[in-house]
Amino acid sequence: MIRFARLASSLAIITLLGLAPSAQALEEEVVLGLSQDRVAITADFDGSEILIFGAVKRETPIPKGPPLQVIVAVSGPSSPVTVRRKEKKLGIWVNADSVIVDSAPSFYAIATSAPFQEVISDTEDLRYRVSITRAIRSVGAAMNIENAQDFADAVVRIREDEGLYSLRENTVAVDQQTLFRSAIDMPSDLTEGQYTARIFLTRSGQVVSSFETDIDVRKVGLERFLYSMSREQPFLYGLMSLAIAVVAGWGASAAFRLLRQ
Amino acid sequence: MQVYLPIAEVSVNAFLLLGLGGIVGILSGMFGVGGGFLMTPLLFFIGIPPVVAVATEANQIVASSFSGVLAHFRRRTVDIKMGVVLQVGGLIGAGLGVVVFNYLKSLGQVDLLVTLCYVVFLGIVGTLMFIESLNAIFKSKRAGSGPAPRRQRGWVHALPFKMRFRTSGLYISVIPPIMVGVAVGILAAIMGVGGGFIMVPAMIYILGMPTKVVVGTSLFQIILVTAFTTMLHATTNYTVDIVLAVLLLVGGVIGAQIGTRIGVYLKAEQLRILLALMVMLVCAKLGLDLLLMPDELYSLGAAGGH
Repeated sequence: MIRFARLASSLAIITLLGLAPSAQALEEEVVLGLSQDRVAITADFDGSEILIFGAVKRETPIPKGPPLQVIVAVSGPSSPVTVRRKEKKLGIWVNADSVIVDSAPSFYAIATSAPFQEVISDTEDLRYRVSITRAIRSVGAAMNIENAQDFADAVVRIREDEGLYSLRENTVAVDQQTLFRSAIDMPSDLTEGQYTARIFLTRSGQVVSSFETDIDVRKVGLERFLYSMSREQPFLYGLMSLAIAVVAGWGASAAFRLLRQ
Repeated sequence: MQVYLPIAEVSVNAFLLLGLGGIVGILSGMFGVGGGFLMTPLLFFIGIPPVVAVATEANQIVASSFSGVLAHFRRRTVDIKMGVVLQVGGLIGAGLGVVVFNYLKSLGQVDLLVTLCYVVFLGIVGTLMFIESLNAIFKSKRAGSGPAPRRQRGWVHALPFKMRFRTSGLYISVIPPIMVGVAVGILAAIMGVGGGFIMVPAMIYILGMPTKVVVGTSLFQIILVTAFTTMLHATTNYTVDIVLAVLLLVGGVIGAQIGTRIGVYLKAEQLRILLALMVMLVCAKLGLDLLLMPDELYSLGAAGGH
């Protein structure tokens, strides 16, 4: 009997140890809503704004200490990118060194409820790959090139200039440490694919809960039709392009003749 | 009004594209050039990916050249026979050009080569034409009237396989026109242009064709070569953006009609000096880009594909 009790208690300890981190994470949990879970790229697509809102579900009272912070990160599909650097050779600027960045998202927007450094600690950022620099992976950067990091930085800088990458601090509104909402601007130059929205709840820089959901970005209607045709029936697509060109050329010529008469 | 381009995957203002097409179309009609050497860099500038710009531009040139050539057909200023001979050369050249282009792409220096091609050829052609036109204007002023006879007798006339080109009033070997066609075809495929800005001076100075038929014949030749290039791009790189092409060509074909009519009222020398100035301007801009330190030293490209 005693032996059994001891076994049971040690089992309980093991279970407790095993569950401890997840039990803590479950104390506060994200319940999420999106204004739209798909973005349709139509011919007159001019960007889109996605409202991301949610609530924090908890069984226990709000923990004391630093307030709850929220990070919303929306990322586009990742792909490898070749980064080239120009150098002056024989008086002209030419592409010299190049580095392949293994994976960089086509779009990445972060919204936080406070300055980024206060919201998440560096270790947690490293673990969850939240910040823009961490979202880019350049594992296999060539060893023969100095300052390989400059190339990864260039990806961030160029895409920030193009409005594809953004970090907007203090743009997540948090009410009563329970309700939060934010809006992410999707630019007009979106590429197709599966986008991911990630939400992190943090307290004193530690992630206490996270949630992930997909946003489907797709061309629809005419855009879809033309894109598919150019890939699946390239010969026909080429002929169609030429036919349109010839008809338009003839049409304009005929119209101008009529106008002159 | 913003329009999302399905292949380029960017959103651009439709009126901007119509306007660009129109302006380039006017120049195309006036000078008998496809306008690609102006339009392609302009498209880069408004943010169209270069591969899409080059391929789509070829398609747009087909439209503006077709529109322009119809007007020339009615005025009987197209040397069809010469055009066909040039086209034969052009197709061979375009095929060779694509091979060269893909080889350079594998070396990773294709951008530089394209720009250098632009600078060198635009520079040479522009300067030569400018000097020659200035001389012609001064001469015609001094002489009072009458166009100076410009019929050289050189190596061009010493070659075999002679053929009579009645519209041009020439009896020359077919070798020089085919060579010109091949050379222009290669450049057209590498630079993503119709090649009119090289074709026009080559016809005048190498083949000795009268300026009157040069423009129409150049347009006639450009149609087939750019149609061929369009098909090559559409089937191998999938980079022809039909929406972009339609917007550009609507502006372009209207512009070409206006341009052809403006061209009638200008003297050949004036036309050439204007074209020369424009060519030199584009050349200077591209040359400066190579010489001055760029604002952004780094550039991004899709990995793997190139």
